[in-house]
Amino acid sequence: MLEVKNLKKSFGSRVILDDVNVTVKDREILSIVGPSGAGKTTLLRCIAGLETADSGEFLIDGVAFDPAASDTSESVIGVVFQDFNLFPHLTVFENIMLAPTMVLKNTKSEAQDEAKTLLNNLGLDDKGELYPHQLSGGQKQRVALARALAMHPKILCYDEPTSALDPNLRREVEKLILKLKQDGMTQLVVTHDMEFAKMIADDILEVNYLDNSNQK
Amino acid sequence: MSLNYISEILPSLFQGAGLTLQLFFWTLIGSLPLGLLVSLGLNSKIKPIKWILDIYVWLMRGTPLLLQLIFVFYGLPLIGVVFERYDAAIFAFILNYGAYFAEIFRGGLQSIDKGQYEGAKVLRLSYFQTIRKVVIPQVFRIVLPSVGNEVINLVKDSSLVYVIGLGDLLRAGNIATSRDVSLVPLLLVAVIYLVMIAVLTYILRKVEKRYSYK
Repeated sequence: MLEVKNLKKSFGSRVILDDVNVTVKDREILSIVGPSGAGKTTLLRCIAGLETADSGEFLIDGVAFDPAASDTSESVIGVVFQDFNLFPHLTVFENIMLAPTMVLKNTKSEAQDEAKTLLNNLGLDDKGELYPHQLSGGQKQRVALARALAMHPKILCYDEPTSALDPNLRREVEKLILKLKQDGMTQLVVTHDMEFAKMIADDILEVNYLDNSNQK
Repeated sequence: MSLNYISEILPSLFQGAGLTLQLFFWTLIGSLPLGLLVSLGLNSKIKPIKWILDIYVWLMRGTPLLLQLIFVFYGLPLIGVVFERYDAAIFAFILNYGAYFAEIFRGGLQSIDKGQYEGAKVLRLSYFQTIRKVVIPQVFRIVLPSVGNEVINLVKDSSLVYVIGLGDLLRAGNIATSRDVSLVPLLLVAVIYLVMIAVLTYILRKVEKRYSYK
């Protein structure tokens, strides 16, 4: 279970997150929905350690952790970015195997076996030797997902998983996320698409503009 | 233009070309890593480091390489720093080319999307791992054509060492021309430069091809 308590974050004088509380229960999906500019991506970036919160607490299974620390022995958060951020100079296999070999110090063959399994499960069996630019948007997203899963995160976060894709791929993303839920993954999905959120989420957190005085 | 004469002067020209290649080789060995380090510093958030490196790049690019060679070999001894001719040449070339490479790499580094760093960070790669495995390979591909340009310039710039009395290819040809009152040595010098550059161009193309993934 992931708990975020009293999270505050401002950029300069502009308050983005004011005392936000988030709970994601094990094996559930929480959707964070709101208009753009409401701070939902900032919230996700704080949880992923890409922004430093001004104040607040992060707990995983009741134990405090620092999302920005890179020296923890376990992965807490995995992220599938809006535009995937795959490494263009590496093949699909290399993208997936990089962190397991560099960070977890797995052997190359262990990492490759796992990458193969992940790709099989995601229907990308024959794509391992390709480079990201040879993939479609949906395939890139699944590679990004495989890359995140290879680090065995406790929580998987998605930033706008439908926005960089063809609208008719929305169903596919939905199936993918629900399948991972069946496999026992705890997931947090940031989206502006309320309809999509309703399809996948056990729980929805709506983030609204704080108040007009903060919006310029 | 007798073949006899050509075979007579070729050994001394090849000897000069050898020195040119040595200079070329050692300058690259020194200036490429120097340029990489300086470019990382130029992108650093620590302002004093950036200022010092900015000044270094400005000095090296803002004054003639010829002046820098003369300064190192004839100027520095006046304040007690004495270099051998050959060391002076390599020292000046490494400092000069390091600055050019730093500027090229800086541009390359800045063209890497922030998302690449973030992608690496959430996978918990360290800064050093990110630079080595994610950033440098991409920068390398981007800067390769510009680096290739500088590398080719370097072959020709190495002829400037005549000013501190080193016997490179051009100097060897020049000596033969004035001794024998013949154009042949200079023509041969041109041919040797052209061959060296042709080989380099070929190698650079191969490397570019090898590292392109698009």
